[in-house]
Amino acid sequence: MSLLSPILYRVSDLLAAESPTGVADAVAGVRITPVDAVGLEQRAAGLCTRSLKTSSKAAALELAIRVMDLTTLEGADTPERVQALCARARRPDAADWSVPPVAAVCVYPELVPVAAEALAESPVAVASVAGGFPAGLAPWEVRLAEIAWAVAAGADEVDIVLNRSAFLSGRYQKAYDEIAAAKQACGSAHLKVILETGELGAYDQIRRASMLAMVAGADFIKTSTGKIGTSATPPIALCMAEAIRDMAEQTGRAVGLKLAGGIRTAKQAWHYLVIVGETLGPEWLTPERFRLGASSLLNDVLMQRSKLGDGCYQRREDFSVD
Amino acid sequence: MSSRLVVNKTYKQFVGGAFERSESGRSYPVVGAGGQLLAHAVQGSRKDVRDAVAAARSAQGSWAGRTAYNRGQILYRVAEVMESRQAEFCAEVLRAGDGCTEEAASRETAAAIDRWVWYAGWADKFATVLGGANPVAGPYFNLSVPEPAGVVGIVAPDEPPLLPLVSRLAPVIVSGNTAVVLASERCPLVAVTLAETLALSDIPSGVVNICTGLRNELVPPLARHVAVDALDLTGCDPGLSADAARQAAATITRVVSASTAERQWAEEAAQSPYLIDAFCETKTVWHPKGR
Repeated sequence: MSLLSPILYRVSDLLAAESPTGVADAVAGVRITPVDAVGLEQRAAGLCTRSLKTSSKAAALELAIRVMDLTTLEGADTPERVQALCARARRPDAADWSVPPVAAVCVYPELVPVAAEALAESPVAVASVAGGFPAGLAPWEVRLAEIAWAVAAGADEVDIVLNRSAFLSGRYQKAYDEIAAAKQACGSAHLKVILETGELGAYDQIRRASMLAMVAGADFIKTSTGKIGTSATPPIALCMAEAIRDMAEQTGRAVGLKLAGGIRTAKQAWHYLVIVGETLGPEWLTPERFRLGASSLLNDVLMQRSKLGDGCYQRREDFSVD
Repeated sequence: MSSRLVVNKTYKQFVGGAFERSESGRSYPVVGAGGQLLAHAVQGSRKDVRDAVAAARSAQGSWAGRTAYNRGQILYRVAEVMESRQAEFCAEVLRAGDGCTEEAASRETAAAIDRWVWYAGWADKFATVLGGANPVAGPYFNLSVPEPAGVVGIVAPDEPPLLPLVSRLAPVIVSGNTAVVLASERCPLVAVTLAETLALSDIPSGVVNICTGLRNELVPPLARHVAVDALDLTGCDPGLSADAARQAAATITRVVSASTAERQWAEEAAQSPYLIDAFCETKTVWHPKGR
């Protein structure tokens, strides 16, 4: 016990004795399991060697499309570009109606009304980044107002960023309070909290941030903004999936996992499906609990799907640019 | 008494500028003229072909974007590097060929080197010869320019092992195409040694990719690959060639095969600017002339 005492054991250890937003003891008492980094990387590498063939591959490709958050987060996003993306989201392959629609379209708040109109009466949800994305360092009132604005404009899901500035300097309470307040501002919309794992440094930090975000009320925890070099990797996905498993075991609450950034190939996508399926079980392999945030992944998945159909290797140029 | 253990070379595929074993992990024995085992070559799979096409595809734009003069220099450089390794090529050809004499091997190597030089010279000239200004009824300049087709799949002939391979490869890449070569099934080792030369000759990664393995296994995925723009089936037997041409037609891939005259590998007829043209598309540009 004394050997391990510097490690923060429970979420309540991170928080100030009196939380202004109030945390139920049962939730604050959630344990934070330390991460065995070597074991984690080995396990993740092992899961990524699994190969899927024929009908399993077809099922994985279809699932990858169903859980995809088709994303465009660029300064050059125009309403027309978002409309085109929404059309693709509803019917990913214009020539093949059997391809299911994606889970959601993820855009900047300003473009939420455009997406909401383009996706009206479709099963595709509108997701918006908000809360000072990607750094999360806009003034707090501005961030909160942005979240509320996005929801009012029609966002079904809101992706906010963890305040890494607060988290990394040990002001866990502040990071927690912001997420809890954001959850309230979301109302009925789903809240995804982006941890930006590439900036957290260690697996233990990722685990800690995951637990903090989940206890604060996140419906989903998400790896990355996609705006920095390091993004989702198999060990990070596994680390976060294990945190979600811990949370579910201890509180019974099922939190979703969204992996984003750098997922470009169908093979990467099914590696993540394997990691989540093996760690959290098949009940997590649904759009309600698992998402892949990506912009160029869809093309590769459609290419592989097409290869599976007629046996011909395809040409990337034949699939859309975005 | 020193009994030194011979260090044998592993003959690997050349894909994207790297020497790699097959993703399938397979190999097959290659026997020499006298029936003795020469080496185990990589038995590539359709996925290796796919990877080679992907490498060729990504290298094509920048290779075609280089100046013709620069491509000529690089092809000449291949000849230079081959010249300095003549002895190695002679030995490889001699080992592979049925009834090949030392003199014939040396003649073939020299002819192969000369062929690189010949095509290197065409790099900045073929567009002038094959393209040109067309007379049209109207106040326009009308210019035709040959442009590279893109990615070209080459099924290399079996015999002899070196000269035909060079004769089919050089005219493909000189115009800015990139190539995926299926080396001869019977004599793949010379092709791998050629790849080592190419790797030392300023040819950018992915411009030439050489896969080794069984024809029946590798030709169909190459022919059906949507990203292959032209196919040279010179090395296929008639049955396989007909099947491959049919498969290639499904994706509008241009199919080329050497004529009987072009198969006289050591003769003048085996080298021609029209072979460069066979792997080019003609772009025609209209430009207003004014008064």
